[in-house]
Amino acid sequence: MESLGVLLTFPTNSYLEEELSKRCKLFRLWETPPEKRREFLRANAASIRALVGNSGVGADAEMIDALPALEIVASFGVGLDKVDLAKCRKKGIRVTNTPDVLTDDVADLAIGLALATMRRICEADRYVRSGAWKAKGDYKLTSKFSGKTVGIIGLGRIGLAIAERAEAFDCPISYYSRSEKPHTNYKYHSSVVDLAANCHVLIVACALTEETRHIVNREVMDALGPKGVLVNVGRGAHVDEPELVSALLEGRLGGAALDVFEQEPHVPEQLFGLDNVVLVPHAGSGTWETRKAMADLVLGNLEAHATNKPLLTPVV
Amino acid sequence: MERRKAVARATSRLQLLLAGSRSAPPMASSEEQTEPRPPVLLLRRVAPAYDAAVSEKFHLLRPWESPLPRDQFLAAHAGSVRALLISGLVTLDAATLDALPRLGCVVTTSAGVNHIDLAACARRGIAVANAGTVFSPDAADYAVGLLIDVLRRVSASDRYVRRGLWPVKGDYPLGFKLGSKRVGIVGLGSIGSQTAKRLEAFGCTILYYSRKNKPSVPYKYLPNVCDLAAESDVLVVSCALTSETHHIINKDVMAALGKEGIIINVGRGPLVDEDELVRRLMQGELGGAGLDVFENEPAVPKELFLMDNVVLSPHRAVFTSESFADLGQLLAANLEAFFSNRPLLTPVNQNDL
Repeated sequence: MESLGVLLTFPTNSYLEEELSKRCKLFRLWETPPEKRREFLRANAASIRALVGNSGVGADAEMIDALPALEIVASFGVGLDKVDLAKCRKKGIRVTNTPDVLTDDVADLAIGLALATMRRICEADRYVRSGAWKAKGDYKLTSKFSGKTVGIIGLGRIGLAIAERAEAFDCPISYYSRSEKPHTNYKYHSSVVDLAANCHVLIVACALTEETRHIVNREVMDALGPKGVLVNVGRGAHVDEPELVSALLEGRLGGAALDVFEQEPHVPEQLFGLDNVVLVPHAGSGTWETRKAMADLVLGNLEAHATNKPLLTPVV
Repeated sequence: MERRKAVARATSRLQLLLAGSRSAPPMASSEEQTEPRPPVLLLRRVAPAYDAAVSEKFHLLRPWESPLPRDQFLAAHAGSVRALLISGLVTLDAATLDALPRLGCVVTTSAGVNHIDLAACARRGIAVANAGTVFSPDAADYAVGLLIDVLRRVSASDRYVRRGLWPVKGDYPLGFKLGSKRVGIVGLGSIGSQTAKRLEAFGCTILYYSRKNKPSVPYKYLPNVCDLAAESDVLVVSCALTSETHHIINKDVMAALGKEGIIINVGRGPLVDEDELVRRLMQGELGGAGLDVFENEPAVPKELFLMDNVVLSPHRAVFTSESFADLGQLLAANLEAFFSNRPLLTPVNQNDL
């Protein structure tokens, strides 16, 4: 696919970049400063037939309009909130993402974050590293994870993988979804507030759409309560972030573990001093193994498109 | 088989007891109590939750509250003390036992019993009870939490975010996938099996070393720890500390595990040759470690403080409010059983270790 002009919107994952550079005609969006981007796109529009974006920079309406030769958007990730799907449909632009290959990593991290928060693992590590551990038997007690009710928002691939893992800790599972799922024994709640009121750990694992923006709002956080823990491995916009900060500072919410934020890479600094919070920099799929698998899927989709074969993981 | 049945009976009795206590009516008022509370000796403080739970039915003797020096205090009570309550911080040796000739029962608040001279207790006919399996789920949870933290750099990247580095230096370096890792459990007791059950759900392959092969278990058995390490990506250390298991994780085991190998220790510090561990981590000959215990607590080798592939914890793997509440009930129940001439609920048999 040497003649396929590909616009890569983000600079991470050198394997992907190297392969694209070897196999296609690669344009690197981030090398151009933001104020010169329009000019850069205009200059190369005729050549750019494919776009590879991520959760940071995707293909919104403005980008699509700037690239009249665009035929395919191959997202590096499973979330599609940064792709204007309706516009792609209208213009006949194909869209692919990277489902399944990252399901395990995201689910692993969700449970790891719940454990880190409830058992205060990061806090313990800070405590030891500070040299503060001078005597044994200080008996600081944390909250047991095993057996606690886990509530999952969104029972898709990732939600189900989280449920399977939590079950091994004897956690009863309940969930909220747009509709009840027929083939599970998990307890369904038809509202997120209801789910939050009846679980100890609330995990966000649904797609970000117009309907799910701020699905975790003040009411949900109050229902989850001063002993409840929120885990977000979805998108920052799933949670009303300023409300989250107040709820934590005021003790209305027991704790939170966040992999995603509304304005990444910016994280509200008021959270930095809290011990009942774990903050990680959007690392849900961040392993060598999975990022390579995601890259291979992106490359495979582009290759299929360039050779007129069926796409591997089409969304549009 | 007999012992397994005995443990199963004890576990059901314990479960009934815990279920009953949670819905039990309030304590009888002092007018209705005609028996004086039996004395139970402490040598050092125990967690407030335990002190409170045991004080309900027993008269706790606290030497540090007395103006008498320790040996005089013991001598003064030697005639009446039949039960002793200790934590893992007390080393119970023959000399202390000699000072308590009427001692018939020792109850420790820990699962581990390496701090107790079990042979000396056996010779004197002193029954010993430990925490049984009360802490096992918490220890297993913690082992899994430490492993995910090491592989996915949770604590390290949390530090990174809190230092404001994400907007400045970009994404944190990639971690490593947990699924399909081969996890070698050293000691497949209660904690080891609960850890294995959890990790299976993450797609790990479980192997184990134990003193004896357990054919009823679905995991592959290796007859020694080196062989286990050679076939594992991760070692979880969850066996008892005895004279045989001191430094069971030694340089040969670490070499067999390999330079990408991870060690998770929720057992006891001396199970691992700590100097060797630190040396290998510093030289990149080991992939990482999650450590809740150390050879000379609370001292922790400072070299570890600079490492992002290491997670450190101050011996808290079982410290949850829920388990401390459950253990408080168990301590009282064991003491009640002793004073009523019934078998202990969670007896320790020297031969089990």
